[in-house]
Amino acid sequence: MISRLFGFFTVIFGVLVLTFLLIHLVPGDPVEVMLGESASMADREALREQLGLNQPLITQFGTYLNKLAHGDLGQSIQTKTPIAELFRTRYPASIQLALLSMLIGLLVGVPLGVYAALNAGHWQDVVVTVVSVRLSAMPVFWLGPILMLVFAVCLGWLPVSGMDEPAAIILPALTLGFGLSAILTRMTRTSLLEVLNEDFIRTARAKGLSERTVIVRHALRAALLPIVTIVGLQMGSLLAGTVITETIFSWDGIGRLLVESIEKRDYPVTQACVLAVALSYVVINFLTDIAYRLVDPRMRHA
Amino acid sequence: MANIIKTTVLGILLFWLLAVIAGRALGLHGNEVDLHQVLANPSWQHWFGADDLGRDILARILRGVEVSFLVALGVTTVTMTVGVTIGLLAGFYGGKLDKVLMQITDVFLAFPGILLAIAFAAVLGPGVFNLMIALCLTGWVSYARLTRAQTLSLRNRQHVLASESLGAKPLRLMRYHIFPLLLSVLIVEATYSVASIMIAEASLSFLGLGIQAPNASWGAMLRDAVRYMLVAPHYVLLVGASLMSLILAINLGGDYLRDKLDIASSMNEATS
Repeated sequence: MISRLFGFFTVIFGVLVLTFLLIHLVPGDPVEVMLGESASMADREALREQLGLNQPLITQFGTYLNKLAHGDLGQSIQTKTPIAELFRTRYPASIQLALLSMLIGLLVGVPLGVYAALNAGHWQDVVVTVVSVRLSAMPVFWLGPILMLVFAVCLGWLPVSGMDEPAAIILPALTLGFGLSAILTRMTRTSLLEVLNEDFIRTARAKGLSERTVIVRHALRAALLPIVTIVGLQMGSLLAGTVITETIFSWDGIGRLLVESIEKRDYPVTQACVLAVALSYVVINFLTDIAYRLVDPRMRHA
Repeated sequence: MANIIKTTVLGILLFWLLAVIAGRALGLHGNEVDLHQVLANPSWQHWFGADDLGRDILARILRGVEVSFLVALGVTTVTMTVGVTIGLLAGFYGGKLDKVLMQITDVFLAFPGILLAIAFAAVLGPGVFNLMIALCLTGWVSYARLTRAQTLSLRNRQHVLASESLGAKPLRLMRYHIFPLLLSVLIVEATYSVASIMIAEASLSFLGLGIQAPNASWGAMLRDAVRYMLVAPHYVLLVGASLMSLILAINLGGDYLRDKLDIASSMNEATS
């Protein structure tokens, strides 16, 4: 446990170093890239001063950490808004989207996976498995527009994009949830098939329990353990996956903020977005790991 | 089942190969602007229709395949070489070196999916070369992980120990006794990674970070296509379907290779 915690903190430290260094990867003078060539000398100096680019690298890093510790993420170069303020509305919007996608993924993926596992080797299994492979290979920038065409343009059931109506979240969430449900289907299938070969399932059957009880109470409970891990891991990837989905559907989350900041060459915002998503990912993964240990009695002493 | 998959995969790949060659032979480059044909529907003149500047979509898709595939191939070669070297060193020597190298890969793995590539591409600036650098900077990690794990288990196999006791140097052990056993796993991994890099390239180009206009790329085409989706739905559907068919074929090819090379049992044979 202690070594886990140590690993957790070193990874966080590494993430901080890497995101800090990002701005130094800009070829040439980052200040010139951000302000454009026509900017006056005074403006450039002011920005350089504000970003602390005049100081030695180590001092800069120290200042960066110190500011972060005080919840100061810096400010946007273009609008001068503090980044923390931008995050206040953007971050929850992304989390909302990710959670709903996860829910969709689970509601579709787990039952399909169980169905495939119970029919293993039959045509139903082949169909489900092939379809899930197909779906997971479908990039969001194709699936998104198709869903948009079908449900918003042709059928007119849902809003095309934006955040004005509550129903606007459905299409982006479906887009993200689809790929996820494919992953969950395959995981559930594999995991359940593995469990069905265990001795305790044979015991349960030998006791004369109904097939339903064997599957639901005994097999599924054990099979869902690895799925908890996948859900945690995918939750983090979902946050990254929102970058393109949010752009397609004009969903004002952190992913779209990232893309906008890249287009405007607003590097402090880019840096902060990358840091926010990466840190959420690391923290979620760490919590998943702990949760897994708590849920699975076999892992408690490992 | 395996045979059907094999034929389909080969069929799709061969189709694309022939199409690209035919496009080259006919001298199509898809950069000809024809303002009479703006967003034209598919016709005999333009099989897949024309885009927002009246350029032939099919010709641009073919150029997109070429660029995308070459980028994927290049990135895979570089990331595999770097990743395998790091993985071999970490797995073979163990100890402090292993700890440090794995800590570094952990940091890279702490960035979900394509996020780090987006970040690198954003600060490096748009362009094919920077796109490739961004993908290389993030792509080596999975190979390093995979190779290290395999090397750890191969390190203490009897044939390696036997050779070591006969005085073989570490470099020789890695090169002749460990690396050949890694090959089948690496080939499968590389196949999948070509597909995922093609998607990553499309994603970055979609965000405007990859291949720049007027050159064709799937990502950039999809971005334009989404913009004109209401007027010309065939644009987004055809570009997306083409990309999907190729990605799917490559992934299925990976599945086929995995079953064919029978990775699990080839590892067992190495023990005996």
